[in-house]
Amino acid sequence: MNNIQKIGLTLFVIGFTIWVATLSLGKYTLTEGILSDTVNVKKEHYDLLKAKAEPMFGKSYSTAFEFSNDFSKIQEEVNEELRKAEKDDQVIYDNYAFIVTKASSEGPITEHTFLWFWLSFGLAIVGALMYIFPNNRLLPGIKNDHIYHHPATSRGWIGILLGTFLIAFYVVLYFYPQYIVNWVLLVDPISEALNGGPASQWFLYGFLYTLCILIMGIRMIIKYRHSPYEQIRSVSVMFFQTSFAFIIPEILVRLNQPYFDFKNMWPLDYDFFFDFNLNELLSNGTLGLFMLVWGIALFVLAVPIFTYLYGKRWYCSWVCGCGGLAETLGDPHRQLSDKSMRAWKIERYMVHGVLAFAIIMTAFVLYTYFTGQSNIGPVSSYSVRAAYGFWIGALFSGIVGVGFYPLMGNRVWCRFGCPLAAYLGLVQRFKSRFRITTNGGQCISCGNCSTYCEMGIDVRAYAQKGQDIVRASCVGCGICSAVCPRGVLNLENADPHSRVMVAPEIMTGNDMPKIK
Amino acid sequence: MRHIVILGNGISGITAARHIRKHSDDRITVISSETEHFFSRTALMYIYMGHMKYEHTKPYEDYFWEKNRIELRQAWVSHFDFDNKSITLDEGTNVPTELTYDILILGVGSESNAFGWPGQDLEGVQGFYSFQDLEAMEANTEGIDRAVIVGGGLIGIEMAEMLLTRDIRVTMLVREEAYWNGVLPKEEAEMIGRHIREHGVDLRLETELEAIHDDNNREAALRVTSVTTKNGEQIDCQFVGLAVGVHPNVKQFSDTALETDKGILVNEFLETNIPDVYAIGDCVQHRNPLEDRKSVEQIWYTGRIMGETVARSICQTRTPYQPGVFFNSAKFMDIEYQTYGQVPAEAPEGIKSFYWEHPGGKIALRLNYREDNNTLTGINNFGMRLRHEVCEKWIKGKKSIGYVLSHFRDAHFDPEFFQRHEKSIVAAFNKHSPKHNVKLGGKAPFWERVWG
Repeated sequence: MNNIQKIGLTLFVIGFTIWVATLSLGKYTLTEGILSDTVNVKKEHYDLLKAKAEPMFGKSYSTAFEFSNDFSKIQEEVNEELRKAEKDDQVIYDNYAFIVTKASSEGPITEHTFLWFWLSFGLAIVGALMYIFPNNRLLPGIKNDHIYHHPATSRGWIGILLGTFLIAFYVVLYFYPQYIVNWVLLVDPISEALNGGPASQWFLYGFLYTLCILIMGIRMIIKYRHSPYEQIRSVSVMFFQTSFAFIIPEILVRLNQPYFDFKNMWPLDYDFFFDFNLNELLSNGTLGLFMLVWGIALFVLAVPIFTYLYGKRWYCSWVCGCGGLAETLGDPHRQLSDKSMRAWKIERYMVHGVLAFAIIMTAFVLYTYFTGQSNIGPVSSYSVRAAYGFWIGALFSGIVGVGFYPLMGNRVWCRFGCPLAAYLGLVQRFKSRFRITTNGGQCISCGNCSTYCEMGIDVRAYAQKGQDIVRASCVGCGICSAVCPRGVLNLENADPHSRVMVAPEIMTGNDMPKIK
Repeated sequence: MRHIVILGNGISGITAARHIRKHSDDRITVISSETEHFFSRTALMYIYMGHMKYEHTKPYEDYFWEKNRIELRQAWVSHFDFDNKSITLDEGTNVPTELTYDILILGVGSESNAFGWPGQDLEGVQGFYSFQDLEAMEANTEGIDRAVIVGGGLIGIEMAEMLLTRDIRVTMLVREEAYWNGVLPKEEAEMIGRHIREHGVDLRLETELEAIHDDNNREAALRVTSVTTKNGEQIDCQFVGLAVGVHPNVKQFSDTALETDKGILVNEFLETNIPDVYAIGDCVQHRNPLEDRKSVEQIWYTGRIMGETVARSICQTRTPYQPGVFFNSAKFMDIEYQTYGQVPAEAPEGIKSFYWEHPGGKIALRLNYREDNNTLTGINNFGMRLRHEVCEKWIKGKKSIGYVLSHFRDAHFDPEFFQRHEKSIVAAFNKHSPKHNVKLGGKAPFWERVWG
């Protein structure tokens, strides 16, 4: 680490610390005006809430935590009384805590948003880049030195701390967004500029997500500058995240069109067939209809065709947002994936189980959509979709999927949970031109390929016996080939029947006759 | 059911065990004093550099051995009784264990060379071959900042690369005029030499070690403080890596009936002079080496092939050791190297040599071919990957240099989007040897056709 990198790291830590500290800045005061004007509280709710919230008016809270808890209590009290009065139909299910808390925050963040934006995000970005760029001076090549000596990349204390932070972040983001309204306020100007409206917690998430992919994507481009495959792939995920996933949907919203990510697809995009989405698309004219057809064509046509031609990598490590984050932010942790046979067994049950769950859940949803019946037998389609949303959508893909990067590797979600990866994998395994070729008898069983496989594939087990790697889970990131010191592995597309599925009796380089 | 005892759990011994299990129900015991489980010796450097941990270098999970009924004993053989087909094991306890065998396979590997230099037994002086060497190197290099590597071969450059990751300044003493010049032709040797220097290694060519000096510490163990070269130069250092090759590990057999010379002598069936005793891998010396093969050949894959061969002899039919066209590979810091067929340092009589080097100085190709009939005899490729099967087919099938170059795309094994060199190579060859007038065939990759 040279001095620029040391300064960069310091700036990053300062920026990050300030960012975390912004949560404690300012105070939170509810006024009647906020409840009536600033926030889109429904008229019928407004009256109910106002009566109970009156004691809170003008009272200053120093933390979003206390403020939102008090406000949530009020909402709960209102609901309690409604239930007692058997007015169940009037119970308030809208979550007002987030928008009310956000509107009630005042202080440095609201007064000097730009200043605090630069002190937090700005410093962290500049610091990160200062840390990353000097690596350009090193000689090109694989430089995995000290990965297993460093506490950040070998499940050491930094890794555990980072994992804890990520898990906490996702829990708050999904379930308690009202605690992080100051972070959302910081990106309000960007949201205004893009979609013309204030930021939600999801805008903040999209912004952070894109930022991580861009910054860590630059790191990838520098780290693998001897490998055009890795560089182009990194640029690809950076491009698809920034444009398709982040900017285009926001602009669509600005143009009063449905929010739509053109590269996301069912079943990863599990609410694609939810009634609210179908209704939105169907009520938006030609563009809406196009989006519906496009979304269906992606998984009906694009998946089989492109996966046949190039393997699932065309999506998983070139286009997908989850894959994009894993390949950039997650790259330093790729080696932590479990390579054991046991893990592979668990993986197959889990990932295909989630795919089955996604299909059944969607069948329920469509049944309800077309028949208007909420139940199939005793099972409510609403509870099935809620269960999927909670267990898979929030817990698995977010909290476990990203939160466990520093502990279980960067593809926990893709490997164990993603239904789309399972679907792509089935095509790749059974009908695809893609394989990783092993080069004759050159393998020395060193284990770099297996160690750096983010999907936990024991690549070496194939390479050392001269068998092609044809695995449903392989996302084609190409790192096994990059880290191989003997030029053994290569990602190739060719006639599906030319894939070497069974290890040859005798490997290239041994002239011993074959016994039939 | 026979009892097959395998001495040594390296690639050759383990390959033999695996293949014997595939084809028989014999009882198999593998004995090693080095580690409990098989690991990849070639990956030791990556453990030191922090790319991997020891567990990652194990090609099979620990349950594999029990599942396949391969018994593992971590022990040292203290006595061989070939007449009674029995060996005595020292397992670290005071009670030696007798073990009888029906078939004994010796895969006992190599030891690092040291040529009797004064001071070669000092603390901080070591070779690099075994797991114990790795542990020693961890201890010997802790907190130091200067090291000397003696020898310019594959282990020497590995040790240099390892030390650089710990910010230790490295001086490399190489006897030849260029790095690994005994094996690599001049151009390649110089290219790698430049690359070594580019990494900040103080590479001293035509320099030999004279003596290793200690710190005159009479209280504690004597530690290395400097070396002197034959040119009379003194170099301060706290570590000396001896990387001047390895020799078969045969000392333990000196007072037995087993015939040894440089290594354990075997015939083409890998049989030693003692019935039911085979030898495979690094420790072997072939009585009648095959054409284009050395009598002692310490390469990963030859060990593997010997293991495969001996397993077949034991379980199926008596089979001679027959490795095909020579090949090998290595990585010199950032430059990958593969070789197929015969590319000696000096092209012998009747062999022409074509060498191409990329202007960046890190990618190169050498093709050797016969002067009389133009058939390809050998390939050296650096910084680019070639397909083993294709290269073997060319050499075995005695393809002409013209054929090879016009079909060069078939051998391409670099990842997608990598810069392709076929055109410049063919152009350079046509300039070098206009009478051939080679035309590059095959189809350019998609992206090359798109982007030109």
